[in-house]
Amino acid sequence: MSTLSNDEIARYSRHLILPEVGMEGQQKLKASSVLCVGTGGLGSPLLLYLAAAGVGRIGIVDFDVVDASNLQRQIIHGTSTIGQPKVQSAKARIADVNPFVQVDVYEEPLTSENALRIGANYDVIVDGTDNFPTRYLVNDACVLLGKPNVYGSIFRFEGQASVFNYQGGPNYRDLYPEPPPPGLVPSCAEGGVLGVLPGIVGAIQANETIKILLGVGTTLSGRLLLFDALTMKFRELRLRKDPDAPKIEALIDYDQFCGVPKAATPREEAPVIQSETFGRISVEEAHRRLDGGWKPFVLDVRNDAEAAIVRFPFADALVPHTEVAARLAEIPKDREILVHCKLGGRSSQAAAVLAANGYTVTNLEGGIVAWARTIDPSMPVY
Amino acid sequence: MAISIAIPAALRAYTDGKASVTVHGETAGQALDALTTGYPGLAKHLRDADGKLRSFVNVYLNEDDIRFLQKDATPLKEGDTLIIVPSIAGGR
Repeated sequence: MSTLSNDEIARYSRHLILPEVGMEGQQKLKASSVLCVGTGGLGSPLLLYLAAAGVGRIGIVDFDVVDASNLQRQIIHGTSTIGQPKVQSAKARIADVNPFVQVDVYEEPLTSENALRIGANYDVIVDGTDNFPTRYLVNDACVLLGKPNVYGSIFRFEGQASVFNYQGGPNYRDLYPEPPPPGLVPSCAEGGVLGVLPGIVGAIQANETIKILLGVGTTLSGRLLLFDALTMKFRELRLRKDPDAPKIEALIDYDQFCGVPKAATPREEAPVIQSETFGRISVEEAHRRLDGGWKPFVLDVRNDAEAAIVRFPFADALVPHTEVAARLAEIPKDREILVHCKLGGRSSQAAAVLAANGYTVTNLEGGIVAWARTIDPSMPVY
Repeated sequence: MAISIAIPAALRAYTDGKASVTVHGETAGQALDALTTGYPGLAKHLRDADGKLRSFVNVYLNEDDIRFLQKDATPLKEGDTLIIVPSIAGGR
């Protein structure tokens, strides 16, 4: 067991006088290791609290760079680290919070090739990812490695948390045997997320991780915690092992399992549907043709909140993509339709619906963001 | 009998933004059918083409997953709550 220096004893005194932690527990934390997959909304508070608590070694996996739009919730990063790799930004912040923590950085995506090798070096793995393929990958790797998987997930105002694969308890596949098809569930980038929500859920994950490392209390194993930040309600559901669940024997191709085409689409948006039933046009070409007198009916299929941020002055109608099928009456059939959203994914889905209903329709590739980036830099990007 | 169904944020676009819908039904399946009759846009999110509950949407009767009770045939009693718990992946 690691011994504590006088500086460490001073730092951890509030833990040391707590009977449930004490000298022995604090030494356990120092001797333990946690892998955090993702340094975003969930990973931020999680990493800060694990570091502050004195977990001896923390691994962080992320291949993203810090963006201004992250800072509304990803509190481990800051304005001064915009543009830096998230793992480096997080490592520097952790070093400031607690220099006694060793940080291992993996600036790469977690894949079926590296997950077992990376995960094997840690006592507990925490899932702070943002997509279904990586969630199933983390789960299956934990099952194969026999490591607990501390789960948290968020959407808009709602969060879920649990502890999977711990002391013979259920795992993620017992809860959800299969992922939803792409596009059926909106992502945070599309649906938005209250900035505090991942703070609360990530802190719950940190709490469960520390309990597992200390061997104290009762974890969320076998329970799914649901949290609604709008109504401030917690609900607890029973989780069971699914006797019909297929045995996890090896890691698989998780993009294929989740029906996600590899790198075919910006991952924050619904997947782009490729179809012969409707046309597609680049922002450059659309700009050129509109300037030349092209007069399509321009249909914005984003939601009201997005339209309040920025919209095309020449947009003719705003109908959220999920409502297009029910609101065809508002869309003229005798006009050519140019459909757009933020990044081009949802509008491709709307285009497919319109084409199936007899419309002549063209999808604006890259959406209003591509337009703002290449045609009109005075427009905000969100 | 009257049953309250809790609608998650991810599916409220299909229930006019309602977080809770009250329906009538003797079984979980009847209650869900009553829900999707009132809100047809929800149907494809809850059931597949064969009418089976989708594997990425769980329905709980109070605290228990109906998959481990009697699925659609799970009997309900007055004042029960059905909770729809979809798979969500956000974390960034």
